[in-house]
Amino acid sequence: MNALREALSGFWREAAKTLKILSHNKMGLFGFVMMILIILLSVLGPVIWPAETSANVSAINKGVSAQHWLGTDFQGQDNLRKIINGGKDIVTIALVTGILSMLIAVIVGSFSAFIGGWVDSLLMQFVDIWLTIPKFPLLAVLATVLALKDVVTLSVLMALLDWPGLARQVRSQVLSLKRLDYIEAATMLDLGTPKIIFRELLPNMMSFIAISTIFEMTHAIYQQTGLVFLGIVPYSSANWGVMISAAERRGVLFNPQAAWSILGPMGAIVLFQLALVSFARSLDEVFNPRLRTSV
Amino acid sequence: MGEPLITLEHVTRTFDVKRQTIKAVDDISLTIPEGEVLCLVGESGCGKTTTGKMIAGLLATSAGRILYRGQDIATMNRADRRRYRLGVQMVHQDPYASLNPVQMIYNIIAAPLQHHGFTRGEAATRERVRELLTTVDLTPPDDYLEKYPHQLSGGQRQRVSVARALTVRPSFIIADEAVSMVDVSIRISLLKMFGRLKDEMGVGVLFITHDLALAKYFAWEGRIGVMYLGRLAEIGPAQQVVAHPQHPYTQVLLSAIPEADPDRTRSKQRIELRSMDVPSLLRLPSGCAFHPRCPAFAGEICEKVVPPLKKAGWGSDVACHLVK
Repeated sequence: MNALREALSGFWREAAKTLKILSHNKMGLFGFVMMILIILLSVLGPVIWPAETSANVSAINKGVSAQHWLGTDFQGQDNLRKIINGGKDIVTIALVTGILSMLIAVIVGSFSAFIGGWVDSLLMQFVDIWLTIPKFPLLAVLATVLALKDVVTLSVLMALLDWPGLARQVRSQVLSLKRLDYIEAATMLDLGTPKIIFRELLPNMMSFIAISTIFEMTHAIYQQTGLVFLGIVPYSSANWGVMISAAERRGVLFNPQAAWSILGPMGAIVLFQLALVSFARSLDEVFNPRLRTSV
Repeated sequence: MGEPLITLEHVTRTFDVKRQTIKAVDDISLTIPEGEVLCLVGESGCGKTTTGKMIAGLLATSAGRILYRGQDIATMNRADRRRYRLGVQMVHQDPYASLNPVQMIYNIIAAPLQHHGFTRGEAATRERVRELLTTVDLTPPDDYLEKYPHQLSGGQRQRVSVARALTVRPSFIIADEAVSMVDVSIRISLLKMFGRLKDEMGVGVLFITHDLALAKYFAWEGRIGVMYLGRLAEIGPAQQVVAHPQHPYTQVLLSAIPEADPDRTRSKQRIELRSMDVPSLLRLPSGCAFHPRCPAFAGEICEKVVPPLKKAGWGSDVACHLVK
């Protein structure tokens, strides 16, 4: 119980420190706040403004107005409300794919680098072959064959396809780090392999891991949007990819009045990506004490 | 001197480089008693660091055995292995690479204390960390606890490295060029600190350096071993090696040390080498590896026969055909 309380207070101390470092970096702070806002809006938004269930024939493809801030779509439904309701899928995909693929990559990559020998050769041979396969067509085919119904399964599938490249990067990072004197010193102090990996190695590659995770997130969002746009993943729910695809199919491209049906969800994706990337840029400072300008 | 703490028996280490095999360390035998200081001196590439790493257990030997308190470190049982692992610690050369940059000094030193249960609870650990920092002359210790390695100078980091090695109460410390990358002005105080560890805690020290002047200063009470291209050329009590060098290589090295008095340096007779080039480890000279450069070169025997390390005068062991 005491240990738990200590760990919790340690966590809060770290979190407070991180926020303080972030607050000195404008880009990072913008990214962080924006990211949190989008996630909150996507999770809580649908409760406050639930999705419209019926079409509104009197207001099809209307432009921007005080009533409809981002206009209406081909069914006469409010674009802004649709975007708010369509965020949950995208956020889920980004988080699940990003974190899951990085987790597998970190485990396989550091394991491979640490054990070395034939285990390493075998794993990396597999990764090399895997990397030569064009991933997106494979994903398209798999998604069609498996007839995916929900986003989580799709996210897991994308993570399973994407981890090998990341694992190779993690492995090379670990390989260069494990030769360092302080790792050797930790070995001599007999701190044990898990402690060495989690206390000595990983904290030194946290900024790399965080940034790779975030790039993997943006990649996953693009892939999902692409799949929906191609019509491979069924329109089970109204997410941003589905909105773009539907708008395009309903000829929005030829109707300037309805431009916001396609620009809205596009803008949402761009904004989310921008938030992730600018947050990622500031993470270097959080994880590397040498780069901190203050604290 | 006490029991033999570390014993090397015909230790050899080879490395494969581009389908060739080089002998970094060739047939070295020596014994280090408990609490003794041994300085290994030699040019870069002579195998002194490799020897240190093998004693530290970071590299396996290619042939021969290393014993810790009479037990072969390669075939030890679990409990002995643990005792050995903690008993022999190392202080690295580069103070900028030997401390984890993302951890505060307190965490660096507290981790082994907590992991091995040397201290119980936060308060006791903190107290012990402060004690260790005081031991290595980082005072007041509270100024250093919350610092990151990059906020310290090279000398201070080296002291932190030593404090970290001391957490597990080692009986032997390998200092691999531990003061080479530190400002000259700080070297002496670091050396004094090492000396104090030896005197007060009975810690044995293997001091690896390329600087014979440093070895002379540090090992005054102990022994000096001179290495050349993977083999021991001469090993003996420091004062005797310095006063009566017997191997030609040792004589050359000693004659090259400048004296503090310029008049003496000028009048000092420098022994000229036959060749200035250090032979490549890939193409070691036959016979005595030093013969192409040796000022006392004596013909065929030096070219053909590897001189064994044998007892010579002044309590030293020397590997030279000319020394009787």
